[in-house]
Amino acid sequence: MDPADLSQEGSGARKKTALLLLGCPEVPVQMGIALYLANRLEKDGVSAVVAGNPSVIQLIRVSDPDQHYVKRVMNLEKAMADLIEGRMRPDLTVSFAHNDAGISYAATVRHVSASPLYLIVFGREAEALAGLAEFECEKIVERAVHNPAQLKKKIDKVFGWAASKS
Amino acid sequence: MGCIEELKYETILSHASFKEVREYVKEHFKERYEVDPGFKIFDSYIIGIPPILVGIEGDAVVFPYTKPCHGTFLLRIECSDEVDRLRKKR
Repeated sequence: MDPADLSQEGSGARKKTALLLLGCPEVPVQMGIALYLANRLEKDGVSAVVAGNPSVIQLIRVSDPDQHYVKRVMNLEKAMADLIEGRMRPDLTVSFAHNDAGISYAATVRHVSASPLYLIVFGREAEALAGLAEFECEKIVERAVHNPAQLKKKIDKVFGWAASKS
Repeated sequence: MGCIEELKYETILSHASFKEVREYVKEHFKERYEVDPGFKIFDSYIIGIPPILVGIEGDAVVFPYTKPCHGTFLLRIECSDEVDRLRKKR
C-alpha cells in the first residue's frame, strides 16, 4: 500500500492511520521504540507509516527485512510536504524528538494538522527539550538513551497498553 | 537540503537552535516578516517553532532551514521574486 493511502477519506469503516515522524537516528532508543509503536498500533488496527531521513529508512529496512513490524516507510521531507499541503491526513501523529530540530518538526505538525499529536521526547536533554514544546500535544518524556524500557512503560500507559494488574 | 541545496546560498548560522536563529534575524535584519510553520520558500517548507522570522536584505531572503540531524541553519539566498512574495504576503 502506498503511503499516500494515509490521505484516504472516510468511506465507511476505513482503517485508522498513524504517522510516526522520526528524528536523527543517533539515539538508540528511537529505533526500538519506533518498531514497537508501529507494530503495536497495527495490532490495534491502526495503519502506521514511519517517516524518516534516508538513514532512518535504511535502519528500519535492515532491522525488519520482512516488514513484520513496520509495513510502510516514507521519506521525511515528503511526509512533511504532504502534511503541509493537506495530501496526508493521519488520524494521529507521533513525533520523536531528542534535539531542537525534533521539537521544530513537531511544532510544524501541530500547526498544519488538527489530529492528535503525541510528542515522544527522549535523550539526555529530554526535560529541557520538552519545555520548548509549548504547543498542544501529549508529551511522553523520558531521559532514555540506550535503554527503552522506561520510555516504553510511559508509552504503554498513555496509549492504554499497560498490562492490568487485576 | 532538497531543492535548496541546488541553489546558490550563503550560510549565516549553522547547527543552531531554532531560538538562536530567530534571535539572530530579529537582531540583524530591520526588514523581517513572520511566517507560519510550513511556509513555502524555494520549493521547500519552513520547519520551525513559531514565531518564525524571515529577513530581507536587498534582493536576498534570509530564512531558517532545519535538518533532523544538524539543527537549524540560517540561509541567505538572492532572489527578488521571493522577496516580492514575502512583501506581498504582509
